[in-house]
Amino acid sequence: MSDATVSLSIDGMDVTVPKGTMLIEAAKQAGVVVPHYCYHPSLPSPAVCRMCLVEVEKLPKMVPACVTTAGEGQVVHVHSPAAKKAREGVLEFLLINHPLDCPICDQAGECELQDFVFQEGQAGTRYADYPKRFNPVEDFGHDVLYIPNRCILCTRCVRFMDHVAEESVLTVSERGDRATISIDPAHRLDHQWAGNVVDLCPVGSLVSKDFLHKARAWDLDKTASVCPGCTQGCNIMVDTRDEVVVRLRPRPNLEVNRHFICDTGRADYRWMNRGDRLEEAAVRGEQGLEGTAWESTLERVAALVAEGEGAVTVLLGGRVSTESIGWILRLLSGRRVTAAMRVPLGDEVPLAGMANLALRAERAANLHGAQLLGAGADWHAAVASAPDTDLVILVDAPLSDTELAVVARAGAVVQLSTVAEPGLENTAVLAPITSMVEEQGVFINRDGRAQRFLPARTPPGMARPAWWVAANAWALADEARTAPATASEALAALPALDGLTHAQLGFTGRVIAPVAAGGVR
Amino acid sequence: MGYPHPIHPKETPVLSTHFGEMEARSLEGWVARGGYVALRQALEMTTEAIVDEVKASGLRGRGGAGFPCGMKWGFMPKDDGRPHYLCCNADESEPGTFKDREIIRWTPHALIEGCAIGCLGIRAETCFIFIRGEYTEPAEILERAVAEAYAAGVIGPDACGSGKRIDIFVHRGAGAYICGEETALMNAIEGKRGNPRIKPPFPAVSGLFGMPTTINNVETLAAVPHIITRGAAWYAGLSLSSPKSTGTKLISVCGHVQRPGTYEITMGLPMQELIFDLCGGMREGRTLKAVIPGGSSVPIMTPEEVAGCATDYEGIAASGSLLGSGGMIVMDDSTDLVYQIMRLARFYAHESCAQCTNCREGTAWTTRILERILRGEGKSADLDLLLDLADNMTGRTICVLADSCAAPVISGIQKFRPDFDAYLTGARAPVMVEA
Amino acid sequence: MTEHATPTEPVFTTERKARLEALATRYPTRQALLLPALWMAQQAHGWISPEAIEEIATELELTPAYVRGVLTFYTMYHTHPVGRHFIQVCTTSPCNMCGAEDVVAALLDHTGCGDLGATSPDGRFTVIEVECLGACAFVTPILINDDFIESVTPDTVADLLARYP
Repeated sequence: MSDATVSLSIDGMDVTVPKGTMLIEAAKQAGVVVPHYCYHPSLPSPAVCRMCLVEVEKLPKMVPACVTTAGEGQVVHVHSPAAKKAREGVLEFLLINHPLDCPICDQAGECELQDFVFQEGQAGTRYADYPKRFNPVEDFGHDVLYIPNRCILCTRCVRFMDHVAEESVLTVSERGDRATISIDPAHRLDHQWAGNVVDLCPVGSLVSKDFLHKARAWDLDKTASVCPGCTQGCNIMVDTRDEVVVRLRPRPNLEVNRHFICDTGRADYRWMNRGDRLEEAAVRGEQGLEGTAWESTLERVAALVAEGEGAVTVLLGGRVSTESIGWILRLLSGRRVTAAMRVPLGDEVPLAGMANLALRAERAANLHGAQLLGAGADWHAAVASAPDTDLVILVDAPLSDTELAVVARAGAVVQLSTVAEPGLENTAVLAPITSMVEEQGVFINRDGRAQRFLPARTPPGMARPAWWVAANAWALADEARTAPATASEALAALPALDGLTHAQLGFTGRVIAPVAAGGVR
Repeated sequence: MGYPHPIHPKETPVLSTHFGEMEARSLEGWVARGGYVALRQALEMTTEAIVDEVKASGLRGRGGAGFPCGMKWGFMPKDDGRPHYLCCNADESEPGTFKDREIIRWTPHALIEGCAIGCLGIRAETCFIFIRGEYTEPAEILERAVAEAYAAGVIGPDACGSGKRIDIFVHRGAGAYICGEETALMNAIEGKRGNPRIKPPFPAVSGLFGMPTTINNVETLAAVPHIITRGAAWYAGLSLSSPKSTGTKLISVCGHVQRPGTYEITMGLPMQELIFDLCGGMREGRTLKAVIPGGSSVPIMTPEEVAGCATDYEGIAASGSLLGSGGMIVMDDSTDLVYQIMRLARFYAHESCAQCTNCREGTAWTTRILERILRGEGKSADLDLLLDLADNMTGRTICVLADSCAAPVISGIQKFRPDFDAYLTGARAPVMVEA
Repeated sequence: MTEHATPTEPVFTTERKARLEALATRYPTRQALLLPALWMAQQAHGWISPEAIEEIATELELTPAYVRGVLTFYTMYHTHPVGRHFIQVCTTSPCNMCGAEDVVAALLDHTGCGDLGATSPDGRFTVIEVECLGACAFVTPILINDDFIESVTPDTVADLLARYP
């Protein structure tokens, strides 16, 4: 035992935790889940649901594990008969007015009420002869619907708005069993971070209108990813149903986004399901762009790189992976390269109650990856340089009409694209690439944290990661060269990343290069 | 005196001496009755001496919990440099309890004096008297008295010319029983929903506005001036039974007695004498059926339990209930106990703050079962169900409101089961059929 | 009881604003003025209107939703207009045992309200049952507006109501 820790026993497991740790977290360390509703690690604990009551030997009453500090030598029982009866009692109370409408509830399958009742609740009810409380569904505004009949008044949503968003628009109204969550009629839940209340709701009381009745939770495949919306790099889960992305949700990362994402990021998934994807490679021939196989496509790219001696411009979209940027630049080594990432700008919208968490003004996920690899040039200057170059490599960056006209004056354009830019007559190669939800890769956020994303759906047609295209074209130039086989190898091979593999990043990432939060030119 | 009745020889009037005297309400009248001598005396004493005196008197909290007052004051930090607050709990809302109302109405300056001495005892400069919204008349009387005391310099920036600041403010509630719970009371003053807070932190560490705070009941504070002037030994000597229960206690008696009212007794007076001598016993031709001795939150007593019971903390506990706030509800044999227990459950369901699941849902469900029994639709399993729900509500929540709802249900079923069975078997005609 | 201002008129006129600011010196936070401010609003309008909620929220630097949450916790604040004379009858156990329900019936009958919570057709009265008024020895205690009246019986109801035109 040290001064900074306490040791205790929880359900027979000995555990040592830092002083000040609450029993509920200490139990997690011991591998024991204390069922709970109102407790949330990113919110203050009101201890109102009474689900987490546990027995602590020598204490006269059961105590709520969420607000009781772990003490030296305590003997805690989470699964004792008394604690179980207490939870059974709470579950019964929570269900008496619950509509039990799981078959039509979006939360079914990922509902903590369902889970804990299934785990330790009673099979029947002793409340069969009374009418249930009824309150109509309310539109809280923006993306959130409130279904009060399912509400267990855990108040996570109210506390999120009060203490995290710091915009108190939700409140508990009335008293006793008449109490509900309410919103002031003159106000809407339109805060940029308000959508988190849907995730925080442990039951199906706050639901997303966007996701309403779209899919059953058990039909969803979940893929760990990183939000491509801005330089914050919030960790997300991409939920797909039969290859279609149906929602994005926050994935906890205490260092980056705790348990939250903003509504802009949350809503920005429809592009992932675009039907007009480029599926086939093409190279310019006699008849214009002609469909072809990868082999000849790569040869043409290699030739374009080898032939010229003039400058090359690389125009990158904000979601291009570190691997792809690195390998495109390596392909071009020896040439004079101007490389820049397109970074749309927006308002910076911080989440008031959380340090260093905001929807960032720079709306590009991998800006700092680009900068680390030497692609940090001024976008406008990079576009302007195009007419004086032999070659422009356009990597999934949308261009305005004016920009198109400028790029059209370059010697040749290689498009590595998810969706073809049809207006460019000087396109020499059109190569279909995967989007970030179809490939593995790494983004580097504004704090220099490298974070992985995984493929959530099958790439369309013959699409391949941009790094794969660049690396294989690079390998063609010299028989001694071998292209990396995987994204992890592709990353590790980049000098700036110094052998870093995906496995080393885990799923919460790693700060590899503290980047001064540079402005965007 | 046994307001509104003349003084009874078995009473010990201390706090109630001047109940019913209009003149006692004014500062002038109060000073003429020996008022504010104790405050001037206390202003000359050290904090430690005041606390020691109160400790030695054995004075225990008169709001319901019976916690030793001097010990509570002693929990307040010393030299912490933060403002301290005294909250006077005048939220008297426990059904059957109306003793504080008489103190405030008849002797408002006694309370002000007690609050002022309380401030000295806990190193506070500010006292908030939280009075329930329904007490419109007492609040007006109290506010007038506070204004008088300020105008005369008794309290204020230079209380009684002592150079010490003592501010006393009246803060009105707005209809919420639970604000009588000390942490809910602080939330109400702070402009929040009157939700009880989790303890720890205890109020002496982090109370009103996050500062060290002591909360005392009206009767407790009103007793303090007497302890200062007459001495702890005198107060401690006022006891007919247990040395742990000292002084006098205001007992408000209501229900089916001849003379309902507020009586001041020496701790330990036999309950039988209180009901049958002081209050004149049952109405003509009626016999005693049950007593809820400490406000509605405590277990119900049978006539047999009443018979041998000394009216003090230990005596009532030994007889299966609690002294609580000293609000005594007496029921004669005409009482439909099941109906009254339903009324009490409905009260708690109405007053539940809605925080804790067990209380929010449990009080309402309990009420519905009792209503069903009264409608003649009860099922044989209902009593076991009520007891099981009561078990799930007892000791499981932030405050004791749920426990309070459960107490009359549990004791009612245990001690008066035939009353319930009469409805369940159809031996008794259903009531509430329209509900 | 005075005639109330219409809910669109501000609560914090010069006089009430001055009273509010005088109270503000008692507390370290403006939020602590919430219960007093709500009382002032009810005094001004007879009930607490959405406009009053907005105004109080602005005065006390709170959000309207927060104010609503607090206001609905305390049962003495009216969120709807009520009769000119608002009658609260205690019907908790001690009063109930001693005849409070008969007083309620007499009040509903004599006021013409018909139902609990309803306002009489002439707008004069609203009668509600409340939990313990804390005067259990004086059955049945009732509150008419701010007047606390003890020992009301069905027989005294008519004369009593006559004092509230």
